[in-house]
Amino acid sequence: MYVADSRGTPAPTGTPAPAAAPGARPGRRAAVAPTVLALGTVSLVTDISSEMVTAVLPLYLVAGLGLTPLGFGLLDGLYNGVSALVRLTGGHLGDRTGRHKAVAGVGYGLSALGKPLLLLAHSVPAVGAVLALDRTGKGLRTAPRDALISLSTPPEQRGRAFGVHRAMDTAGALIGPLLAFLILGYAADGYDAVFTVSACVAALGVVVLALFVPGHRTAPRPKPSPRPRPRASLRPAPAAPQADAGDGTAGDPGGTARAPDGRISLRASLVLLRRPDMRRITVCALLLGLCTVSDAFVFLLLQHRTGLADRWFALLPIGTAAAFLLLALPLGRLADRIGRWRVFVGGHLALLLGYGLLLSPWHGPALPYAVLLLHGAFYAATDGVLMAAAAGVVPEALRGGGLAVVQTGQALARFAASLGFGAAWTAWGERPALAVAAVALAAAAALSVRLRPADA
Amino acid sequence: MSSRLRLLALLAAVLVLAAVAGVAVLRAADRAEEKNRTQAGGPRVARGPVSLAADGGGRRIVFRNMAWGPHRDELATVPAAAPGGARTASGVHCLRFHSAAGTGVCLQSVKSAVQDGYRAVVLDAGLKERSRHPLAGIPTRARVSPSGRFAAWTVFVGGDSYAGTDFSTRTSVLDTRTGRLTASLESYAILRDGAPYRSADANFWGVTFSADDRHFYATLGTKKKTYLVRGDMARRTVTTLAENVECPSLSPDERRIAYKKRVPGLPADAPWRLYVLDLADLTGHPVAERRTIDDQAVWRGNDTVVYSLPGDFGADLYAVPADGGGSARRLMDSALAPAFLD
Repeated sequence: MYVADSRGTPAPTGTPAPAAAPGARPGRRAAVAPTVLALGTVSLVTDISSEMVTAVLPLYLVAGLGLTPLGFGLLDGLYNGVSALVRLTGGHLGDRTGRHKAVAGVGYGLSALGKPLLLLAHSVPAVGAVLALDRTGKGLRTAPRDALISLSTPPEQRGRAFGVHRAMDTAGALIGPLLAFLILGYAADGYDAVFTVSACVAALGVVVLALFVPGHRTAPRPKPSPRPRPRASLRPAPAAPQADAGDGTAGDPGGTARAPDGRISLRASLVLLRRPDMRRITVCALLLGLCTVSDAFVFLLLQHRTGLADRWFALLPIGTAAAFLLLALPLGRLADRIGRWRVFVGGHLALLLGYGLLLSPWHGPALPYAVLLLHGAFYAATDGVLMAAAAGVVPEALRGGGLAVVQTGQALARFAASLGFGAAWTAWGERPALAVAAVALAAAAALSVRLRPADA
Repeated sequence: MSSRLRLLALLAAVLVLAAVAGVAVLRAADRAEEKNRTQAGGPRVARGPVSLAADGGGRRIVFRNMAWGPHRDELATVPAAAPGGARTASGVHCLRFHSAAGTGVCLQSVKSAVQDGYRAVVLDAGLKERSRHPLAGIPTRARVSPSGRFAAWTVFVGGDSYAGTDFSTRTSVLDTRTGRLTASLESYAILRDGAPYRSADANFWGVTFSADDRHFYATLGTKKKTYLVRGDMARRTVTTLAENVECPSLSPDERRIAYKKRVPGLPADAPWRLYVLDLADLTGHPVAERRTIDDQAVWRGNDTVVYSLPGDFGADLYAVPADGGGSARRLMDSALAPAFLD
């Protein structure tokens, strides 16, 4: 299925052929690479730490600091924009230095550093600054981490590897709030204890990363090519004609990525978009992202539709996360077997079905469960699976930056969708707005089926 | 590094970090326990009968007692003439409270194994529970109408945004006579500058009732602006009156409103000053308090407003003349959410 993986193509610029990924033992279907398990553990532990803080921050601001959090929420949108840009930087730095692990480590480290600083932050600007540090860390680490996962896994098992990682990540997100409220139950007003424990857990994540995640996976600075190709990075990728033969990344994975001095240029990540398969994946992710109603609105619609009591409202995100956790691995394996693109588009069809249920006259008691299951399935079929699909069309030397381009495009599209849906809700009311989103999603899904990358 | 060495390093890290985390939790638990011990020099608090009725015993203040000791966070009462005197504690715990004409509304936390929950409890004059209503978030404002018939409360709701730090508020109004609950004022029609207005981001907070048992005032927040609205419970509408007004509090003669005003140039985390608005011409003026206020003030008569500021043991109450003259002075230590009972 994955004809075009850079691993199978010659590397004329001197990029050493990567050693067989750990865990990919020939002749036996290994579970997942130890690197993936280690990164999954780091994500699990880090998510416990960050979700502990997220869960108690409203309480801390209102009860602990006596602040009104309304204005505080306004900072949030800003951070999401910053985070998207930092993500591109993180992916690129990983490629440029060939040290994805080190860049991810800095990202995890920055977030860990923020936790003890929360103890010193006693005003909204200070808490805001600490959260900005946290988001910067999250933005920096995401792309190099996903690059490491894809680089340590043979192409035919990437769906499964990302599935395992996302399941572990989500498990951490579910454990975090539980741990935080256990601490607050034991020590009333013990917000400082929550932050300290969170800091210790975050530090443990960095330790696990440092000890158990192998370092270099790509060559940082190969010897100059015997045939230098000046300005190669500015020309359309020579792979373009070959892509029609089903080989999107063939050709010269290293050469097009490097500036004349042999370094990987930031531009190279974007020039990747000239490759038809990369462009198709990114365009589809953008289009589908633009039709994705953000979680907050899905939960609000569900509540309005079912008349669900307010006290259950906070449980809705947990329902989605639980479905995500349970389905991430099975759907990742399915993606390996029947094709990532099918599962990715299928995930959006699950979301479309969820919209349909919200719009339909059906009013059974199972409605919230069905919608949350479909919502979680949507995440399970798209989050890691998209990275697995994208990894197949991005050459190794540009893996971090390439994945970051796709992720950033998707994140920005979803942000735009959130603004647009809010406006549509205001102008037309919730049901017409959802109906329009559903029609747009169906159209984008149909287009995505047609635009399917040659090898995903 | 060999895998044996790595495991040893991991074990060492786990031990050190677990020790730090354990000490932090134990210290916090110890500190929480300390709050249950009475502090020297604090107000005297003793258990006794507390009534919300006009019982002929003179004017009283009912409030949440914040003083450390066994009666911390309980509803307590003192004579209005001697606010610094001995306090009578009721045994009823409230985070936020308000009362009028023999009806009380108490927003309290409900401890459970996993996550703290909250509920609003309607109390009769003898502090007996009349009804209870689960809350979707952290309580912040509570009010009872002057007749005692209506109660309103506001909570902060998190989780409207997945894994974000976004907040919204939800304000509910209860008719204690019929039991009819308007779960969210967002179901009311909004008239802004005379035209119908709709927005998914509309939030309400801080209801204050008129004596006619039909109208109320509240804050509407939308698109980063706040408005004073006048609500009509019979028509289920709210109408905007003025901009930049938060947490209104209607005077007993219903001619003035005390409120928080966001003043340009103040720090982002402390942007409010306490103002008083004349309803006749909708003009506002600041009171003599120069510190930032984050509270829904209450009126002591028609001339004085009372509000809380952070204090050594949580919050202290202050009083200031409503006409902008005079100066602020401390009314009570370690107290929050007062109601004046005749």
